[in-house]
Amino acid sequence: MEFILQPWPWYVAGPLMALAMYLMFYFGKKFGVSSNLETLCAMSGAGKFVDFFKFDWRKNKWNLVFVIGLMAGGFISNEWLTPDQTVAINPQTVEDLAEMGFSNAGATYLPDEIYGIKTMLTFKGFMILIIAGLLVGFGSRYAGGCTSGHGIVGLSSLSKESFIAVGGFFIGGLIMTWLILPYIF
Amino acid sequence: MKYIKFLLVGVFFGIILSKAEVISWYRIYEMFKLQSFHMYGVIGSAVVIGIFIMYFFKNGKLKNYKGEIIIVKPKDKGVPKNLLGGIIFGLGWALGGVCPGPMYTLVGKGVVAILVVLLGAHIGAFLYHAVKHKLPH
Repeated sequence: MEFILQPWPWYVAGPLMALAMYLMFYFGKKFGVSSNLETLCAMSGAGKFVDFFKFDWRKNKWNLVFVIGLMAGGFISNEWLTPDQTVAINPQTVEDLAEMGFSNAGATYLPDEIYGIKTMLTFKGFMILIIAGLLVGFGSRYAGGCTSGHGIVGLSSLSKESFIAVGGFFIGGLIMTWLILPYIF
Repeated sequence: MKYIKFLLVGVFFGIILSKAEVISWYRIYEMFKLQSFHMYGVIGSAVVIGIFIMYFFKNGKLKNYKGEIIIVKPKDKGVPKNLLGGIIFGLGWALGGVCPGPMYTLVGKGVVAILVVLLGAHIGAFLYHAVKHKLPH
């Protein structure tokens, strides 16, 4: 039990993720989270505006149930499996973040400077959150997959398309982290 | 009840994302600052094991619960869509520190502000399909 309560090292987490992927295929489905964004749009009546969303969302119920499981997993982990909420990031990262105005980086899972309720209620804070979401939603559907579909399944299948997409993920991520974040904060 | 297995795999995956701190904004920032091996280790080891799993899917050693060969649908071809879509995704991943799986997991963790990100992600997916005929694929 003690081991479960500690943060899980990469060599435990990675293979377990591969196991989760295997189980989805074993049960006759696929492993990919971002397609749920389309399913929820279709469910909310987006088909009235854009024909693509006229598909029958009920055929993707299994994936919505998977997403409900993700939420439950986040709840269970937070309530019972994570007594210590600190994240042991590199001290250099803490220092770099302090320079950008992030105090106590790593003291909790998320920075108040982005995810605090007070930040969310400011114009700038709200815009950061909504734009981050817009980019992830737009980009993942344009590329046809996110970190699960392209990252784990695609790379594991040695798909050329996924190597290009994941290369794109890192180009975008490096540009944001090194060039844009210092201007925002 | 036939869906309960997907719920359980979701719970399992949500716990992994949480316990490996993949849902932490700091871990994503640290990864893109190239200051830690952690995230590369998580994704890399998942892919290495995944390569073996895919190999056994292809040669039929691992079958699905009905005993059928497992076929993984290949991703759509096209350099512009994968590269440009990937770059746009990466910008958002590094800004919000979340990809879609962790977004939902953080809802369960009780993070209110993630609902704004999720709203944005749905609008983003909607906008893509509204304008896709004008984009290079």
